Amino acid sequence: MQIPYIWNYLPLALQILAALALAGGMVTASYILGKHRRTKVKLSTYECGMEPVGDARGRFTVRFYMVAMLFILFDVEAVFMLPWAVIYKQLPGITHSRFFGFNEMLVYIGFVAVGLFYVWKKGILNWAADKGDL
Amino acid sequence: MSSALLSILPEVVLTVTGVLIMLADPFFAPKASKKALGWLAVLGTLGAAGATLLQLRTHQILLTFSGSIQMDTFSVFFHLLIASIVLLTLLVSLDYFKPGATSHSGEYFALVLFGAVGMMLMTCSVELLMVFIGLEISSISTYILAGYRKGQATASESSLKYFLLGSFATAFFLYGIALAFGATGTTSLNGIASGLSVTAFPTMAFLALAMMLVGLGFKVSAAPFHVWTPDVYQGAPAPVVGLMSTAPKAAVFAVLLRITATTYSSELLHARWVWLIGIIAVLSMTIGNLGALLQKDAKRMLAYSSIAHAGYLMVAYTALPADSIAAAAFYTAGYAAMNVGAFAVISQLGGYDEPLRTIDDYRGLAQKHPVLAAALAFFLLSLIGIPFTGGFFGKFYVFNAAIGAGHVWLAVLGLLNSGVACFYYLRLLTALYSRKLGEEGGEFEGSSPAAAIAIAGAVLATLLLGVLPGKVLGLAQRGATVQVSRNR
Amino acid sequence: MVPISYYLVLAAILFSLGIAAYLVKRNVITIFISIELMLNAVNLTFIAFAHQWNKLNGQIFVFFVMVVAAAEAAVGLAIIIALFRSRQTLNVDQVNLLKG
Repeated sequence: MQIPYIWNYLPLALQILAALALAGGMVTASYILGKHRRTKVKLSTYECGMEPVGDARGRFTVRFYMVAMLFILFDVEAVFMLPWAVIYKQLPGITHSRFFGFNEMLVYIGFVAVGLFYVWKKGILNWAADKGDL
Repeated sequence: MSSALLSILPEVVLTVTGVLIMLADPFFAPKASKKALGWLAVLGTLGAAGATLLQLRTHQILLTFSGSIQMDTFSVFFHLLIASIVLLTLLVSLDYFKPGATSHSGEYFALVLFGAVGMMLMTCSVELLMVFIGLEISSISTYILAGYRKGQATASESSLKYFLLGSFATAFFLYGIALAFGATGTTSLNGIASGLSVTAFPTMAFLALAMMLVGLGFKVSAAPFHVWTPDVYQGAPAPVVGLMSTAPKAAVFAVLLRITATTYSSELLHARWVWLIGIIAVLSMTIGNLGALLQKDAKRMLAYSSIAHAGYLMVAYTALPADSIAAAAFYTAGYAAMNVGAFAVISQLGGYDEPLRTIDDYRGLAQKHPVLAAALAFFLLSLIGIPFTGGFFGKFYVFNAAIGAGHVWLAVLGLLNSGVACFYYLRLLTALYSRKLGEEGGEFEGSSPAAAIAIAGAVLATLLLGVLPGKVLGLAQRGATVQVSRNR
Repeated sequence: MVPISYYLVLAAILFSLGIAAYLVKRNVITIFISIELMLNAVNLTFIAFAHQWNKLNGQIFVFFVMVVAAAEAAVGLAIIIALFRSRQTLNVDQVNLLKG
């Protein structure tokens, strides 16, 4: 007899139920069984004994953003190398030239290197610089 | 040279120039004037125009890069148009930036050139993937360029609005491409053209075309997707607005022409497409004109006028194949000349701070700067569509094409809207030549020679298109025949 | 096998959720996230159709969409930073100097 397809998801449903039961059970048990003393001081935010002041969000240097953005851009540049690498062995057959595929990737990396050169010379990679902001 | 290189030679020239500018930029002192880079950019653009003329001489149609780039007279026409627009914009922006105030004007030139690469790529690609990439290259460059006046509070706002709405439009365009791929199994425009008539999913195909129209409609600021235009044009620097209001629109109109060409194979699809375009055209004309009547800021008024002109231009898409392509291409050329010239004059009159904002600020300008005021007056007359200017013949051919296909009501509405448009153009025109009450306006050192060349070029182009339209129209028509014969 | 329509409906729902978030939310970064959501819904559509037509075109398109989305993210976040520097707010409702 064929099991209905949806029954294959039964272990998943059981796991979700178990996770909900465990987490919910712990929170509920703590609420029911524990003593509640709600004084004003106990309910305020804790900041290592000091008086908490202002917004919890601090300001970051914009250098973090620069590094993250550069990472993203160079990462997707690396992504483009993957299909080229997969088909590299067959490229001489497809393009009827021994080095055409290789040279093409050199040109591509050359363009990316121009970007890196520009970023380098503008001083963005200089993490320890003392300028106010870029 | 190899056919692959020849087919993208203008883009290669512009890319190499942009890369050279990027490489040279860090070696200038931060507060130094970067005009040398600007002249390098001008040289690169002249080189790209020369490469396009070289393509024109070849007299063949090249289909290269596995069928994604097609070099024909149609693409050559738009390449020449975009190269001229970028050349005029660069000449005007050479003296726009005060040295020392902005230390970033080196990247400005590189961004303009890279944007031009994207626009040119859009016009010569017949594969929707390349169209998308060209669209994004040009859009991202203009997002950054729109926020270039860092001292003003409105700059980042206009850049943000342009970016958010532009990305929204790109997502719609992409979804349209995905649905078209699903309906026909290919993203090549020729493949879609043959696939649309035999597709098993006609509703999805129509939905695909509609979503592509939504996405591209944002980029050409056609109503009801025009909301970003007045704000962005008001906040961006004037030379950039001259570029943004003409060149990317020209490229996207070329893309829309190619997409329209894919609908010719299926009668039902084409009828629905024409209906959609007709609605958008009427909405753009009406909303553009009514909006411009209420504006007091000069750049916002010109923004609404560009919405109206997008409407007039879209009327051409409803016509028969050969007529519509030639008329739309010619109108784009004329509109580009007028608009670049108008914004060039505005940028010269104010400089970086742009003290002249509202129409009242322009009062009495003819007494202080007679030549510039005369040029602006000429461009305004051309925007209205007075005979002997490029605007007149543009509208003439477009409405002629529409009547030729039987859409008389569109032509009538277009003419009525042109009549209404007279009012707000003439308001600025009369302000120029009226007497100034009160104190003098801001200081003005005199027009820079480069910008004077640019404005003179724009005047000459508008005049030529109005008095001797034959040559440009002939080129457009050759492009149209190539396009039509290839798609049949 | 899972029918293709499941993927297409899921992508359509994601796209609509992206549009809804784009129109409703006030924080600029949340609006930006919704744009990325829309682009990913388009990616899913491409993959589904590539499987149906048995062509690789759709999957290659996904590569390019991801790369362009990354580039747009970099530029968009730079614009948001510039906006925050001049207006000190990330609330779109308060970015209204150019009204009219």
